[in-house]
Amino acid sequence: MIDFELSEAITNSRQMSHMVAEQMMRPISRHYDEHEHEERPTEFWNTMWSVSGKTPLSGGKRAEGPSEKNLAMCVTVEELSWGDAGLYLTIPNPGLGGAAVAAAGTPAQKERFLARFNGGEPKWAAMAITEAGCGSDSSAIQTTAVRDGDHWVLNGTKIFCTSGLMAAEKSDGFVVVWATLDRSAGRAGIRAFVVEHGTPGMYVTKVEHKLGIRASDTATLVFEDCRVPLDNLLGSAEIPKTQQGFKGVMATFDATRPLVAASALGVGRAALDFVLETLREKGVPIRYGAPAHKLTALERDVMDMEAQLEAARLLTWRAAWMMDQGIHNNLEASMAKAKAGLAVTNITQKAVELLGPLGYSRRLLLEKWMRDAKINDIFEGTQQINQLIVARRILGYSSEALR
Amino acid sequence: MVNFKPTEEQELVRETMASFAREILRPRAREADETGGVVPEVVARGWELGLVQSMIPEAQGGYGDARSALTSALLLEELAYGDLALALHLLTPRLFTVPLVVAGTPAQRAAWLPRFTTAEVAVGTAAFVEPDWDFDPTALATRAEPAGADWVLHGRKCLVPLADTAIGLLVYATAPDGPAAFIVEPGAAGLTIGEREKNMGIKALATYGLTLDGVRVPAASRLGDGAAVPALLDASRVAIAALAVGVARAAFDYARDYAKERRAFGQAIAQKQAIAFKLADMAIEIDSMRLLAWEAAWRIDRGLPATREAVLAKDYAARAALKITDDAVQVLGGHGYIRDHMVELWLRDARGFATFDGLAIA
Repeated sequence: MIDFELSEAITNSRQMSHMVAEQMMRPISRHYDEHEHEERPTEFWNTMWSVSGKTPLSGGKRAEGPSEKNLAMCVTVEELSWGDAGLYLTIPNPGLGGAAVAAAGTPAQKERFLARFNGGEPKWAAMAITEAGCGSDSSAIQTTAVRDGDHWVLNGTKIFCTSGLMAAEKSDGFVVVWATLDRSAGRAGIRAFVVEHGTPGMYVTKVEHKLGIRASDTATLVFEDCRVPLDNLLGSAEIPKTQQGFKGVMATFDATRPLVAASALGVGRAALDFVLETLREKGVPIRYGAPAHKLTALERDVMDMEAQLEAARLLTWRAAWMMDQGIHNNLEASMAKAKAGLAVTNITQKAVELLGPLGYSRRLLLEKWMRDAKINDIFEGTQQINQLIVARRILGYSSEALR
Repeated sequence: MVNFKPTEEQELVRETMASFAREILRPRAREADETGGVVPEVVARGWELGLVQSMIPEAQGGYGDARSALTSALLLEELAYGDLALALHLLTPRLFTVPLVVAGTPAQRAAWLPRFTTAEVAVGTAAFVEPDWDFDPTALATRAEPAGADWVLHGRKCLVPLADTAIGLLVYATAPDGPAAFIVEPGAAGLTIGEREKNMGIKALATYGLTLDGVRVPAASRLGDGAAVPALLDASRVAIAALAVGVARAAFDYARDYAKERRAFGQAIAQKQAIAFKLADMAIEIDSMRLLAWEAAWRIDRGLPATREAVLAKDYAARAALKITDDAVQVLGGHGYIRDHMVELWLRDARGFATFDGLAIA
């Protein structure tokens, strides 16, 4: 039965996340934007780590019965990103690396790599896909993995690796690295390898300076004859004639794209809440249902922002709900990501515009939210890549038929 | 608990409406638009479908289905997918019966509803929109003045479907205590039904202008209480949004299929990103429209305040439907402009969603 009411469990965890967002994240939001990653929010991290496993964000403990795990994570991510999208990305957790292990790893690999997130010191796991010469076209990956006895030997350079510094050098985490077993095999030759923190031959050579989400580290990782044990390869090493192996890794995105969409929602809602609150304080009403000739441009803009945000939220919830139900959601995940990324980019830009000098000033957070929002239209597949995926699905085209 | 799956019963309604739309409405849509007429066979088949009778209580001879704005949203999308004008023709009696079911007095229900549950087709309608550029659905210019035990109505209306054959009209007006609606009989003194209107789209649906020049109706003809009309407007907004989803989806499906067939420069035009991405955006917007309509309908069914959500859903859907049908014309290029193809009809129909109002049929 169609229902839009969040369960009690999710409502409760949302309240908790909102408290964290309001009381722990907002007060330090500007500071870590200004100081990028030269300072670390350790107090915030320790708190988040101490509650991990108890929050939906950890993804660690599975409930019995019908699962709402993905929906719960989306709701949590929206709240935390309402607090600060950059700080949210820095929270010690299995992250994208963990998602890749969960999607493509064997039960033994899941145990070996993910158990560490249940205690001890804060840890991070990252995913390294992008290279200088390839972003979304991951079949063009140049990083190689060559077997040498009991090890895979990795060589190549990865860029734009979120939390790469924390995962590779500053915690007992790991990095999931995409590399090719055979360049001539194209996508079919791509595999994901878990590289443990501190593995000799893995170096962080650069941490980027960015438009937004500045609290989050975005690292360049160099692999020079970096040796990892054979069973750090996620899935099978055999290169099939079909693209099955690659698809296994790509399935990670069906789980993570709704989360990126959810993070976008949080930033968009922060901006929209601020606009609505400001208008309320000034006694400017939004007259829902008033005729077109009576509505001000401001009212039209605000209503459009509200509808766009809600549409993006419903698409996001649907993609997460499908995942929870075990329904293939590749199309819906990309729809949610494409919609949310663009809607929130537009919403935050409009919010800066509507509030004039207040919007543009660094004294307030609106301009920061506009900068933060933009990343959601780019990472985990740009707007255009998600349009491409949606197009292939609705047209029934393979990646060869629609390139 | 969040859930996006309709009930089995709703799925059944949806499938029934989908096959009716596919087999009965769509094949006759073009001809109905060209001739401006609805063949009696379609009307008879629509009546057999029970679109009007289903929501009427068993006590008045109907099927007594519980009112659900959500089920209505599913139903309306499918019918509009077939053809908006024909769907509205079949649904027009609901403009009269649904407000009575939702907000009518027991006496009004007993007097009127049984007349819509006979084997013979019965038409009722409603007069809401007014022929002025500054028409305001929240402050109608049509006035209802108390006169002794009666009400006297003054004003002008337009876009009143099937007014010429209706056995009862629900006329919306502003009373001294707020928005109100009154049951008016076709022969009432002071009521003039004008010429059939000529509209840009929904051409198969006969609509009329009305003049109310001191139409006197008894106090008992006023619908329910003061709160009834705003709630009916929310239902109208959800209905319009759901109809818009159907029209947009029709245009999208047609453009998608055409783009896969049509070849240029050695490949299907759907294989070109300029077309493929447009189609992707259309698909995303259709799902956005639908989910917003569902959420607003769900709030109505839950008895939650729904005006904000219904307004946002309707405005969003009206805009998106126009954009999507326009994109569909564009995908077909020159062929989209030719009446041999359906897309130009959907563009004309979709232009109306910003104008339609007072469709309390959900």
